[in-house]
Amino acid sequence: MKVVLQELTKTFPAGGRGVEAVTAVNNFNIEFPDGTLVGLLGPSGCGKSTALNLISGLLAPTSGKIFFGDEDVTALPPEKRGVGLVFQSYALYPHLTARQNIAFPLENLRGKDRLSKADIEKRVAEAAKLVQIENVLDRKPKEMSGGQQQRVAIARALVKLPKVLLLDEPLSNLDARLRLQTREELRRIQQETGITTVFVTHDQEEAMSISDSIVVMNAGVIQQHGRPQSVYDDPCNLFVAKFLGNPAINIFDGEVKNEKLFIAGEAVLDVKGAPEGKVTVGIRPEGFVISENGAMSAEFRQLEVMGRDVSVVFESSAAQGRSRAIVDASSASVSGTRICFELKREKVHLFSPETGERICFNG
Amino acid sequence: MNKPVKVLKYFFLSLWALIVLFPFYWMILSSVKSYSAYNSEYIPKFFTLTPTLQNYKDAFTAVPLARYFLNTLVFTLSTTALMLLVIILAAYAFARLRFRGRELVFTLFLALMMIPNELVIITNFVTVTNLGLRNTFAGLILPSVTSVFYIYLLKESFAGVPDELYYAAKVDGTSDLRYLTKVMLPVCRPTVITVIILKIIECWNSYVWPRLITDDEAYYLVSNGIQAIRENGFGRENIPAMMAAVTVISLPLIVLFLVFRGKIMEGVSRGGIKG
Amino acid sequence: MEKNNRKGWLYLLPAAAFLGVFMIYPLVDVFVYSFEEGYNSASQSFFGVGLYNYSYVLRDPYFLQALKNTFILVIITVPLSTGLALIISLMLASIEKVRGFFQTVYFLPYVTNTLAVGLVFMILFKKTAYSDGLINLLIHFFGGESVDFITGPYWAKMLVLCLYTVWIVMPFKILILTSALASVEKTYYDAARIDATPRWRVFTKITLPMISPMIFYLIITGFIGAFKAYSDAVALFGTDLNAAEMNTLVGYIYDMLYGNSGGYPSYASAAAIILFAIVLTITCINLMISRDNVHY
Repeated sequence: MKVVLQELTKTFPAGGRGVEAVTAVNNFNIEFPDGTLVGLLGPSGCGKSTALNLISGLLAPTSGKIFFGDEDVTALPPEKRGVGLVFQSYALYPHLTARQNIAFPLENLRGKDRLSKADIEKRVAEAAKLVQIENVLDRKPKEMSGGQQQRVAIARALVKLPKVLLLDEPLSNLDARLRLQTREELRRIQQETGITTVFVTHDQEEAMSISDSIVVMNAGVIQQHGRPQSVYDDPCNLFVAKFLGNPAINIFDGEVKNEKLFIAGEAVLDVKGAPEGKVTVGIRPEGFVISENGAMSAEFRQLEVMGRDVSVVFESSAAQGRSRAIVDASSASVSGTRICFELKREKVHLFSPETGERICFNG
Repeated sequence: MNKPVKVLKYFFLSLWALIVLFPFYWMILSSVKSYSAYNSEYIPKFFTLTPTLQNYKDAFTAVPLARYFLNTLVFTLSTTALMLLVIILAAYAFARLRFRGRELVFTLFLALMMIPNELVIITNFVTVTNLGLRNTFAGLILPSVTSVFYIYLLKESFAGVPDELYYAAKVDGTSDLRYLTKVMLPVCRPTVITVIILKIIECWNSYVWPRLITDDEAYYLVSNGIQAIRENGFGRENIPAMMAAVTVISLPLIVLFLVFRGKIMEGVSRGGIKG
Repeated sequence: MEKNNRKGWLYLLPAAAFLGVFMIYPLVDVFVYSFEEGYNSASQSFFGVGLYNYSYVLRDPYFLQALKNTFILVIITVPLSTGLALIISLMLASIEKVRGFFQTVYFLPYVTNTLAVGLVFMILFKKTAYSDGLINLLIHFFGGESVDFITGPYWAKMLVLCLYTVWIVMPFKILILTSALASVEKTYYDAARIDATPRWRVFTKITLPMISPMIFYLIITGFIGAFKAYSDAVALFGTDLNAAEMNTLVGYIYDMLYGNSGGYPSYASAAAIILFAIVLTITCINLMISRDNVHY
């Protein structure tokens, strides 16, 4: 089932004691196609959880509309929307076993939807199998590991066959190893069920690795929406460029003159079609190639060995602090204190220093 | 929430508030009605247009209310002060000092929490009588200057103060006593205040022990005073004067509560005990 | 960290001394007393050792009356006050306006002198020569027959005692339950909402189990407290509770010890130990039930 947000806005009114009004979700216009896994991504406080709660119905929008398929669900309370929601804290009922927790939503069904005990058991078993927790079904939450609790929470959300599955920071309470494992699991479960899934995260790696599409948010506003790779390759503004990628993109002050890009006085790249004037230059760490005759030179600081790659740390007078290039280990033969690079054109992005908007140029 | 349900809720909540407040209202109302007016009302009036303070004057002159008051004040303050000293030292020993047998003694202390007062009061009565301490402040105060429960409460709070503070103080050559008064107590102030408030309420309202241990009016506390007033106070059944006395007796704690209501309610719910 | 044996004991000394004299010694002593037959408090001598004190107490009509009164009081007031406090706390939790005001008002009886407000209850319920009292007038108004609640029939006196006890214990219970309800995380309710959980089911399957440890705590302390009822009865019916047929177990103990019928610490001790045994048994039963019903 596709999910459509139309001019969706949520403003929290000003409270007493100097709490100002906040627009946590500002005029969202977006469509999540049926069966996709969508990552809502942004720094904490950007309004991504608010957006999720608007879709779930726990919050009512100030204005705008929400559609599930062609049905307008804006006025529907959460219990009538048929969504599954996995809470950041999981919200598993501590006094119930995993089995009872998963069965809980099914036991709520009344009237014509009412399920027999046998049907409930069958559905619980299916959900448990899907998330692979059959062996801990009779344990209580506190007797389970964080990863198992997480799966129980997902099973509880899935067992009622929701039209849309929503996950709030699903991996943030897990340790690093488990996080890697679980995110693959999440992808598998989503693909097996084919349920349109929206999850919220502040971890760009997490969002990029499993999502069909990601939505990058900042201060209540959608910055960019697209496939993870295309958003990474083509960030529409400085915020998105900085937010995606690890190590982060390197930022330099630059200037465009005669269709050439100058950094620290050196002409480093041809930039046809770019307007003249000062620009902010973002260069991905993998956009540098060490070359003796490279156009861009900088002060070499140190090498950090990462195994297959090495990270070259250097300083440029056009950048604040240190910059970082990731290069193949075999090409990293550095001597002396100066280091020169060639730049890969597609890894260099120009932004307006005033607005942060992307400035396009042709190769 | 639909409207009728909401209205019903407020109705019931207000009803209970009325049930709680009404006795207080009635107490104050009766206390400002004149003796003759009160007794001539077959159907009591819910207000009075001629309030009088005569009953309050009677309450202080016809019975030694001021004396009861003073006794209770002395009793409450000295019991609380002495208890604080005793339990702070004990709690500090359990929380901070290391000595042989500490865990064993602490377990014993905890076991004592189970013992109801009714079980030990009999012997205490005999002990205090034999020591000739009946009708003395010492007899009133001494049995209630320790409380295992408060020691436990304070110890838990003390134990929450990071060890680093103690080591830092030790390195600076601070003595234990100085560390206790300059660091531990200020850090644990909320718990100490909770204990003080709970103890004051307990003392002010205590009835059973003072009744056993005093039969001389000069040592009556307010609770005993009320009973005395009730049984033969004003020579005749003078309810308005009785209500005046009761009002005066209840007032200090009510004022204390209204001023510190946040602290008191938090303390009681944290302490989780009945006064 | 070096051991501070001397200092440690020094700090403990005051507390240990007081507890030794006023708690541990009496604890042993009360058992001794309870087995000493024919103890004479003037000469501090006794005839022999045995169970006579217990059998005397158990056959004493005043004790049996006190036992009956106490049990009735416990059985009526504990469920009534706990249930009522739960309803009030739930209502409190579901409103926003003037909640603080209600909470403050509801707590007032906690800080008032039991004896003092007991007197007010007495004059509200009492029937005198010049007035039937407010409550009786209310009963009249609704077409009922007036009753003397303070010196009248047994059931009427018991009713007042129960009502007053409930009034006195409510603040503590409301406070504890209100904070228990507030500590249930909101996400559980959100999760229940998402799953279209009917209201009644939210209450029985989520709210109630989550606060069940506190409910059991209140029931246990409520039982213990009600078994020790005494000063509420004194407030309403005066110090001669035996004459008023309104004595309680604790009252019986004190009356045996002191006052007009006093001077029998042996009987008092036996009664105190019987009371302790009853309270201990009930508490153990309560704990066993709560272990089967409180799940986390």
